[in-house]
Amino acid sequence: MRDFLRRFARNKGALIGAAVLALVVALALLAPFLFPEDPWDIAGPPFRRPGEMGFLLGTDTLGRDVAAGIAHGARVTLLLSLVSTAVALSIGVVLGAIAGYHGGWVDDLVMRFTEFFQTIPNFILLVVLVAIFTPSITSIVVAIGIVSWPPLARIVRGEFLTLRSREFVQAAEVLGQGSARIIFGEILPNALSPVIVSASLMVATAVLLESALSFLGLGDPNLMSWGYMIGASRTVIRQAWWISCFPGIAIALTVLALNLVGEGLSDALNPRLARKRGA
Amino acid sequence: MGGRLGFIAQRLVKAVFVILGIIVLNFLLIRLAPGDPALVLAGEAGAADPKFLDDLRREFGLDQPVWRQLLIYMQGILSFDLGFSYRQKQPILDLILARLPQTILLTGTALAFAIVAGVSLGAMAARHVGTWWDSAITTLALLVYAMPQFWLGLMLVLLFSVQLGWLPTFGSNTINSGFTGLDHALDVGRHLILPSLTLGLFFMAVYARLTRASMLEVADLDFVRTGRAKGLAEGRIQRSYILRNALLPVVTYAGLQAGYLVGGSILIETVFAWPGIGRLAFEAVLVRDYNLLLGIFIIASVLVIAFNLLTDLIYTIVDPRIELGA
Repeated sequence: MRDFLRRFARNKGALIGAAVLALVVALALLAPFLFPEDPWDIAGPPFRRPGEMGFLLGTDTLGRDVAAGIAHGARVTLLLSLVSTAVALSIGVVLGAIAGYHGGWVDDLVMRFTEFFQTIPNFILLVVLVAIFTPSITSIVVAIGIVSWPPLARIVRGEFLTLRSREFVQAAEVLGQGSARIIFGEILPNALSPVIVSASLMVATAVLLESALSFLGLGDPNLMSWGYMIGASRTVIRQAWWISCFPGIAIALTVLALNLVGEGLSDALNPRLARKRGA
Repeated sequence: MGGRLGFIAQRLVKAVFVILGIIVLNFLLIRLAPGDPALVLAGEAGAADPKFLDDLRREFGLDQPVWRQLLIYMQGILSFDLGFSYRQKQPILDLILARLPQTILLTGTALAFAIVAGVSLGAMAARHVGTWWDSAITTLALLVYAMPQFWLGLMLVLLFSVQLGWLPTFGSNTINSGFTGLDHALDVGRHLILPSLTLGLFFMAVYARLTRASMLEVADLDFVRTGRAKGLAEGRIQRSYILRNALLPVVTYAGLQAGYLVGGSILIETVFAWPGIGRLAFEAVLVRDYNLLLGIFIIASVLVIAFNLLTDLIYTIVDPRIELGA
């Protein structure tokens, strides 16, 4: 563990990413204290420039506080992205584990299924799913999970294929353990590091997917989110650049931070690979 | 040569299965959606017309067992009947085909730009690994990779259209300009720059990272050292030895990315009001025209599958070593 932290801390990008991410998480946690009013409430006159009348980031077309929207949006975006990654993780890990552990025709079947989901245009499927099942927290989270699991299933399968012939697995089999217990109790803990790395990168993708959905008007209508703010103000960009500019910076910074942390985790967990890459 | 034909035949069979899978998936979505499937097929506008609903129920056999409904649905789509958009008062296939060339123009330009710029930047970073150039390119790729495409598009509009006034903001040509021939092509070209740049930049970042990593890996291999030992010029080693071999993963990846490219066109065409199938999908979402949305999903998937077949073909040309049967 200490080795891992030392290696992680040696990566400058990962440290910057972790710091930015900590800021975003703090903003999300503190949003109700920093901006106690509902972010949907009208806080002042519309179209105030950043800095005018005490509005740090200005007000939007209806006079809502852009800064309050960004703080409350951080909660929504982070939460939805984390939960949808959890959904994708459970589908991907289970399918990948089954394919890699059983091999043979089960493996073939699961992999064809995975390839199918990798081939179809996943953003269009996402839009179709959320539109047909009407936008809500549940439909958004489940739909992002459904379109994001395939790469993870491939990684887990690969790990299981190599681990399954190791002695400790054979020992468990000889002892008569059931396959569920071997999969989750014996093999999975040994296959965790690539799963952790891709999960952190998946959160970044989920942030982008969630923002894109709410940009198109397919977000949960009760939740203030960064994508919604950009989508709602894009038609007035000539008059008021700040309403769409700041939420976009928030998205880009969060995604960048998650990607940097993901790469840092990857290098810290696979030091040999990192050295080879010259990182 | 027989190997190559066999390989392509195998891929074709696979493509047919994927298309059948997509039709089944669509059918499941209509059935699983909350409420009456006829209402889903009719969309918000059509649901108000009882006669249209009755027609749909009869056409899709909604009073029959589920497996028969699936057969009827499959038959319809395989005979190129995607249904009728009540809202737009047109057959869905006609609506999509009218918009498809615009999307192919946009995604094709974006992809070409992404590959050329991405591979060049990646190759440059790999050649000067560890230098200022390398850091600058790697950082640029990281930044672009993190930006939401729809936002990047808006910011480019702000810079190049609103501030500098160099390029048009939306549409695919100047309305009522009366341009013909070369003038028309130039006009469309000017409108194409911002949307294709926005769509392409993200993939440029992906290809740049991929090319750099792949070239660094190949540069360590024996045949490169042999080339150097023979005294070949460095430029020749970089181009014909390292880059050519490093391009394989890039080609594979370009195939895999086709779906993302077409998906991204929903966002980009919405931002720039580009009249392709992505914009059509956005309009379908706005008015809850689900059958049109599902039709776009099918056609976009077929487009992606066709593109995958094409990259498979290119693959067999770029790398003749491939065991095609494998």
